[in-house]
Amino acid sequence: MAGRYVAPADLAGALAALASGHRAVAGGTDLVVGARQGKWPLPEDVVALHGIAELRGIEPSADGLRVGAGTSHAELADHPAIRERWTAIADAASIVGSPATRHVGTLGGNLANASPAAETSGPLLCFDAVVELRSSGGARRIAIAELSTGPGRTALTDDELVVALEVPELAGAGSCYVRLEFRRQMEIAVVGATAVVTLEGGVIRDARIAITALAPTVRRVAAAEAALVGTDGGRAAADWAGRLAAEAAEPISDVRASLEYRRAMAAVVVRRAIQGAVTRASGETVAIPASATMFGFA
Amino acid sequence: MPHAATLHVNGTAYQVEIESGRSLLSVLRGELGLTGSKEGCDDSECGACMVLLDGRPVNSCSYLALQADGRQVITVEGLAGPAGLAGLHPLQQAFLEHGAVQCGFCTPGMLISATALLATNPDPTEDEIRAGLAGNLCRCTGYVGIVAAVHAAAETIRQG
Repeated sequence: MAGRYVAPADLAGALAALASGHRAVAGGTDLVVGARQGKWPLPEDVVALHGIAELRGIEPSADGLRVGAGTSHAELADHPAIRERWTAIADAASIVGSPATRHVGTLGGNLANASPAAETSGPLLCFDAVVELRSSGGARRIAIAELSTGPGRTALTDDELVVALEVPELAGAGSCYVRLEFRRQMEIAVVGATAVVTLEGGVIRDARIAITALAPTVRRVAAAEAALVGTDGGRAAADWAGRLAAEAAEPISDVRASLEYRRAMAAVVVRRAIQGAVTRASGETVAIPASATMFGFA
Repeated sequence: MPHAATLHVNGTAYQVEIESGRSLLSVLRGELGLTGSKEGCDDSECGACMVLLDGRPVNSCSYLALQADGRQVITVEGLAGPAGLAGLHPLQQAFLEHGAVQCGFCTPGMLISATALLATNPDPTEDEIRAGLAGNLCRCTGYVGIVAAVHAAAETIRQG
């Protein structure tokens, strides 16, 4: 029967609804907005997730962070532990859409929508986050790198729901997410980059780099990471890693930017993300969101 | 297949029977006769439809009405007190005094976003006001007056 709607109070109710063919809606900032824009019809049968307390919450511990998939971008951006220890996540969550988008839009929705420009994906990839999936038939955990399989496509089965993210602690690391933006808010990354670095005696011991809106999925760039390790993370090293990341990119031309412009800007944006992460790893402050702070940074 | 829901709008409980795909905006305007919230773009770009849902701003054009079942909605009609013009919200009064209304189409959404901003940040800088109103477009481009009005209203509210 078409036009079914359920808003269960618990996860079991939501999983049962998914198993009987409902589509999940959380804040609706992709699903409903996309329908308004004519990208797809609204699903006939929906299960609303906003009332499920089990999907909410930010729980930092000594070795990591657990975030319920129903947590809003505003909650992520404002959380003191995320701002201090997983700063790139706060950089990303605080520039999603507008205040309204950030209040109703959720982390799980952002990941399940699988946009190549998803703001939160790069930071989560660099922190090696694990995604907890549930269905009425069971549970599984996958690496965040395995979640998105292409633009708008994921490894989720129709009856599965992203229920939580586990984000390991990287003691002493500095992290930074920067995007190229034509305006400060109500924007989607033209090009984005995340860097997470750990310093030891002024030398980079561990580096993670991810590129956003530069390939069919947000992805890590191993060559750029390897090039940074053992350097001081200064301007020359950051520049070189940025060039390597730009070479590894597979950008497209669309209404927002050309392929050539995206590739050229990839080097700049990756370099700025590295400079922001190194500055933070050194114990200095780069104000959140780094996209605004690092704008024009040479 | 219509579903029963109770929408608490501006302090009044309304029983409605609505289809699952209906937007909150279409129910506010079409079923409840609350036409203060506007339909501009109908896809979350312009903010003319902004309402508060449990105190937080939401684009009602792109939010399923059924998801507001049992929750508190405030529209622009809920900002003024029962005395009408004599009981305007400080933001509404400041918008009048600072020429922050030109064609007026964006005004309800601007007022709602500004209300949400001042609830969490009673003394915002100009940058913070502009960020708080980033989801609202003014097609008359009257942003200078709008920002000035929000500044003035913040001061009025702080002084009680």
